[in-house]
Amino acid sequence: MIYSEKVMEHFGNPHNVGVIEDADGIGEVGNPVCGDVMKITIKVDDDRIDDIKFQTLGCGAAIATSSIVTDMAKGMTLAEAVAITKNQVAEELGGLPPAKMHCSVLATDGLKVAVDDYLVKRGREPIAGEIKSSDPHFDPHEDDDEDHTH
Amino acid sequence: MEHKAYLDYAATTPTDQRVVDAILPFFTERYGNANSLYALGRDAARALEDARERVAASIGARPDEVIFTSGGTESDNTAIIGLATAGGRATGHVIVSAFEHHAVLEPAWWLGKHGFDVTELKPRTDGIVHPEDLAAALRDDTVLVSVMHGNNEIGTLQPVRELAAAAHARGALFHTDAAQTLGKADFDVTELGIDAASFSGHKIYGPKGTGALFLKKGVRMAPYLMGGGQESKRRSGTQNVAGNVGFATALEIMDAERPTEAPRLAALRDHLVERLLGEIHYARLNAVDAATRLPHIANFVIPGVEGEAMLLHLDAAGIAVSTGSACSSGSLKPSHVLLSIGCPVEFAHGSLRVSTGRFTTEADVDYLVEKLVPIVERLRSMNPLYEKTVAELVGAKG
Repeated sequence: MIYSEKVMEHFGNPHNVGVIEDADGIGEVGNPVCGDVMKITIKVDDDRIDDIKFQTLGCGAAIATSSIVTDMAKGMTLAEAVAITKNQVAEELGGLPPAKMHCSVLATDGLKVAVDDYLVKRGREPIAGEIKSSDPHFDPHEDDDEDHTH
Repeated sequence: MEHKAYLDYAATTPTDQRVVDAILPFFTERYGNANSLYALGRDAARALEDARERVAASIGARPDEVIFTSGGTESDNTAIIGLATAGGRATGHVIVSAFEHHAVLEPAWWLGKHGFDVTELKPRTDGIVHPEDLAAALRDDTVLVSVMHGNNEIGTLQPVRELAAAAHARGALFHTDAAQTLGKADFDVTELGIDAASFSGHKIYGPKGTGALFLKKGVRMAPYLMGGGQESKRRSGTQNVAGNVGFATALEIMDAERPTEAPRLAALRDHLVERLLGEIHYARLNAVDAATRLPHIANFVIPGVEGEAMLLHLDAAGIAVSTGSACSSGSLKPSHVLLSIGCPVEFAHGSLRVSTGRFTTEADVDYLVEKLVPIVERLRSMNPLYEKTVAELVGAKG
């Protein structure tokens, strides 16, 4: 299993690390028994993600996908942000080893939960849809047949 | 250039230059097949038998009780399947400890799918398989017990002599995987009273792809590799003369240097444990209560960090170590060894194994701790649950 240079770059020097203290939306996904926990905090302005920060307990891929997803989401509308797919995250990183694809699910899920948290807090309808990683039967290796290693 | 520290000797070792020197002639000059009758073949056969005698002398066996193999995995596979199925046996009870290497677990599970009943015997939280626990698991139909001599992840040494005696008392054979202990701890097959044992060359500064299986004279074993009948029909295939000479040479060096090397490594380990536990909050040594342990392995839990992330940052600083986190293995579960001794799953993800060897210095160990402290701090600062984890740890202590 070898990580791409882009993964190692984001792992070594992750972007947008931290917590926004007066966040508009908070997304926490994963659990320590699985070894991956991610927390995303966002500031929203006019339905756009104005600022975003993350904290992640996890492997190299978990940290790199968290970092890249916050880069991607910054400046996006809420609708655009929740539409980011795990494959887009992996592609932005120059590919992920198959066994690590679930890390990109964690990252997109964290973002979705944060967006919905913002909306629900303001009495609006959630838009993110299915949160795969919060399902107790979620099998992170289910989609491993897709090859993103190159 | 920045300091580099290889601290993963339990994974593999560099081949000692003295071993390389002993091996080289067998590639281009003394290249005969040890089974050929002419002079070149006889020369190879003499070198092979000499290597066998040297290995036998080291472990207190007869030369004809040493079967050269391709290493620990082949020896383990051969012993587990070959001893259980000897003489065409198709049923029976097999006991393996739960923290065996997968080279023992996988063939045991294979037996479980092919007519045998398999028990995985748990070690206690001290990282030791206790003989009375084995005695309780033994049955009238138990044919084989396998418990490793020293655990490769946590470094605990097992009471093999007492375990073998318990197995024999109920008529079962006893095999031990000694890949991690050969040359590093006293190992005498007669004193231990075992029927079979597995060894690996590359763990003792010999070449990869070499090793041996000790099989007590008179013990029946179905061969695993079949063909030309080499190794007294117990392991077919043209013998790796160069590799076996290298393995025997490596073992002799281990034996000669052990009286000074074992205490040196034990002191290095104690220094590491003291510094790491002193400088990293909440860190702890796994299997800390073990009565007996190998001098070269220390396994830590560092709560609040994930092992692979820690390993990658250490790698960037030129340090090679290993972890039992799930992420490093590509599976979902962390180390089966740590789980078997009762280590909580979330902590097993943050484990760190440091293993030292012939070329490790105190400067290497100090360098590891120096680099590790800020890495752990940084990863913990990125962990959204760290405060909660600390609260739980502190609460558990009080």
